[in-house]
Amino acid sequence: MARGRLLTGAVIGAAAVAGALMWRRRSRKHDHVDLYFADGSMVSFEHGSMDAERLLPLAHDVVAAARFAV
Amino acid sequence: MRAMKPAQALADLTEISAQIEAAVILDSSGAVLASSMAEMPRSESLARAARQLFTAAEETMGGPGGREKLVQLQAALPDGCVFVVRDEDRVVAAVTTPDPTVGLVFYDLKTCLRHVAGEELAPKPKARDRSKKAEAAAAAEETESGEG
Repeated sequence: MARGRLLTGAVIGAAAVAGALMWRRRSRKHDHVDLYFADGSMVSFEHGSMDAERLLPLAHDVVAAARFAV
Repeated sequence: MRAMKPAQALADLTEISAQIEAAVILDSSGAVLASSMAEMPRSESLARAARQLFTAAEETMGGPGGREKLVQLQAALPDGCVFVVRDEDRVVAAVTTPDPTVGLVFYDLKTCLRHVAGEELAPKPKARDRSKKAEAAAAAEETESGEG
């Protein structure tokens, strides 16, 4: 009986961790910067690219400046 | 169309778009022309941060004289989005809720800049002359309905 409960707890715990990891991964994928040019072209930098790593922290600063007194 | 004051254009923008949390309009030198935020220091820090982002994005593509002129950008983050749009003389920057309707936000920001610039948003439809063919068809219809 106690073993069964332990097993159930372990399964629920593992599922929670897996869910959290998937959510984190998904939300990280969400990060991107899109640049639009006068000629109508567009360039997208996805999370993980060198340019996105440079621009995303600056975008975080903009959000922070809008929401909190900096 | 007469140019609208930046503060009025921004007030209209934030009223129209519920997705926009905060927005500022800057001139080409970076000075704040209008802000949706009451405190000036916060407006200035938002303006500064938005300019830094836009400048860094421009540098990424080879600087202001690079490939093509950067006119707008969107940075999507899990906790919100940043939009920056510029025309010849001004820049508008906005922070929105996460997952906004991107096209709509860009449209609203561009409309805001056009209002400030005093540009005509859409040509007024011209009254069309009825062609002879259309007049003849209308006359025939009238005759038919009169007979029937």
